[in-house]
Amino acid sequence: MTGRARVFASDINTDYIIASRRKRESLDPQVLRRYLFEELDPDFAASIEPGDLLVAGKNFGCGSAMEVAVTAVAGAGIPAVLAPSFARTYYRNAVNNGLLPVVCDTRAIHEGDRLTVLRDQGLAVRNETTGEAIAAAALPKIMWEIIEAGGLVPYFRRHGDFRV
Amino acid sequence: MAGKTISEKILSAKSGEDARAGDVVVCRVDCALGTDGSAPMAIDYFEAMGGERIRDPRQIVFALDHYAPAPSRNTAALHQRMREFAALHGVALFEVGEGIGHQLIVESGRAVPGSLVVGADSHAVTYGALNAFATGIGSSDLAAIMIGGRIWLRVPESIKITLTGRLPAGVYPKDAALSLAGRLGSDGATYQALEFGGPGLPGLDLEDRLVLSNFAVEMGAKNGIFPADEGTFAYLHGRTATPFAPVTPDADARYSREISLELDALAPQVALPHRVDRVTTLADAAGTPVQMVYLGTCTGGRVRDFHQARDVLKAGGGIARGVQLVVTPASRAVLETLTRDGTLADFIALGAVIGTPGCGSCCGTCGAIPGDGVNVISTANRNFKGRMGNGQAAIYLASPASCAAAAVRGAIADPREVVP
Repeated sequence: MTGRARVFASDINTDYIIASRRKRESLDPQVLRRYLFEELDPDFAASIEPGDLLVAGKNFGCGSAMEVAVTAVAGAGIPAVLAPSFARTYYRNAVNNGLLPVVCDTRAIHEGDRLTVLRDQGLAVRNETTGEAIAAAALPKIMWEIIEAGGLVPYFRRHGDFRV
Repeated sequence: MAGKTISEKILSAKSGEDARAGDVVVCRVDCALGTDGSAPMAIDYFEAMGGERIRDPRQIVFALDHYAPAPSRNTAALHQRMREFAALHGVALFEVGEGIGHQLIVESGRAVPGSLVVGADSHAVTYGALNAFATGIGSSDLAAIMIGGRIWLRVPESIKITLTGRLPAGVYPKDAALSLAGRLGSDGATYQALEFGGPGLPGLDLEDRLVLSNFAVEMGAKNGIFPADEGTFAYLHGRTATPFAPVTPDADARYSREISLELDALAPQVALPHRVDRVTTLADAAGTPVQMVYLGTCTGGRVRDFHQARDVLKAGGGIARGVQLVVTPASRAVLETLTRDGTLADFIALGAVIGTPGCGSCCGTCGAIPGDGVNVISTANRNFKGRMGNGQAAIYLASPASCAAAAVRGAIADPREVVP
């Protein structure tokens, strides 16, 4: 997949991704996507194009485990999030919803860079704007299978339970 | 081969594999909590996955705590949906007013030593105090558990936290938790377990340990687990009929890091806005004006927290003019105790606002919302911008006694000075 880098800082908590009070009125990702990152940048949500890639510093998605912080991002057409580390609940919610979490060094990625995420053998990132190749951590087998299925819903529809 | 940590042992038992840090295993879950903040989505996932019946309804617990009572038509609809689903599938449901799901899991004896208890809410880590492997999960995970009874988990590395000494007068478990968060940082334990131990353990009883386990997630930890001892067994006595066996770490277990926490060297702490790990000694922030004081949550809403706060308030002569004090017990059982022992009457006489047992103002989903420019000091666990429902307010986190001292003075103050 190739997309435009949308860059955020470190320690972005889930309340900044989507405010808790928003999910009080709707759980629909197509509604919630309109409020993505509103606390940090009120204009951001309107500027998202499908295929954009979120890029952040360490500890992305810390705080609450609320899954809307993943579904609102995926619902906006964002297929992957790149960060050197994720809060664990954000990471597992991403896997379970088919949003690809890419653990890699993001320091040399700038707003608007064109990035390609290669997902044939393991994971790797290429910054098309700078020509730089960035190594990414591989996913354990079961996580990969869930991602490949498109998330836990299609995975369970296909298999009925975990295949172990 | 090296020995195992408590977390490795529990996840080995629950997966039937020789689980070591870094492995990803599929585990059988003993109990899973869904709240009104997460269960409605889990019901959506359950239906989308093709779920028809819950594999073992006794495993699942619902709690209506985040919107208690429902502040809007839409949140009331979420409650109706959960009630209907719970009735249809035979799932236990804690109603509005019964309290915070985490507190109810603990009070009802559903987390016992050696068990695997998860919750679709990040503060599910709280039950680690009972020697359970307890961690926060997503709504989709909860749906998968409802269907198959299992969950995938990465086995965490463990950070060993050795507690020594005893907390001095005026210093509380919350101060120890804040101090640890300041030292480790909000991602200092990401993907890892905190495993508590050491000679300071007997000085902390079960309710004290709940505070430390609850805070584990604020350092990014997957779980914060204690060994079981007489205090654990005493707490569980009469709460559960489930047989259990305490899990201890092997002497040669491998830890990613070892940290010593000297309880007797601690002073009151405070987390400054808007980061849980922006921690300093309370003295550094003394004099900061405060207009709202919040006592409650799954960190600081238990009986002893209110006793500690009440004592400071009474000794200090009451609530300062211009300060709103909001009291929200963590559960109905807590409220009943406070009613019986006169504490509730004390708070009412002092002018406090009493909220419905539940999550209350903690995450801005219901309860009192602070106004623009207001400084709040709270016994909660998070102070992100906008957390309490208004991004124009600033939240400080401290112990119940420190919060009460701020209510007395109208400004952040050391409780040891307010109560001479």
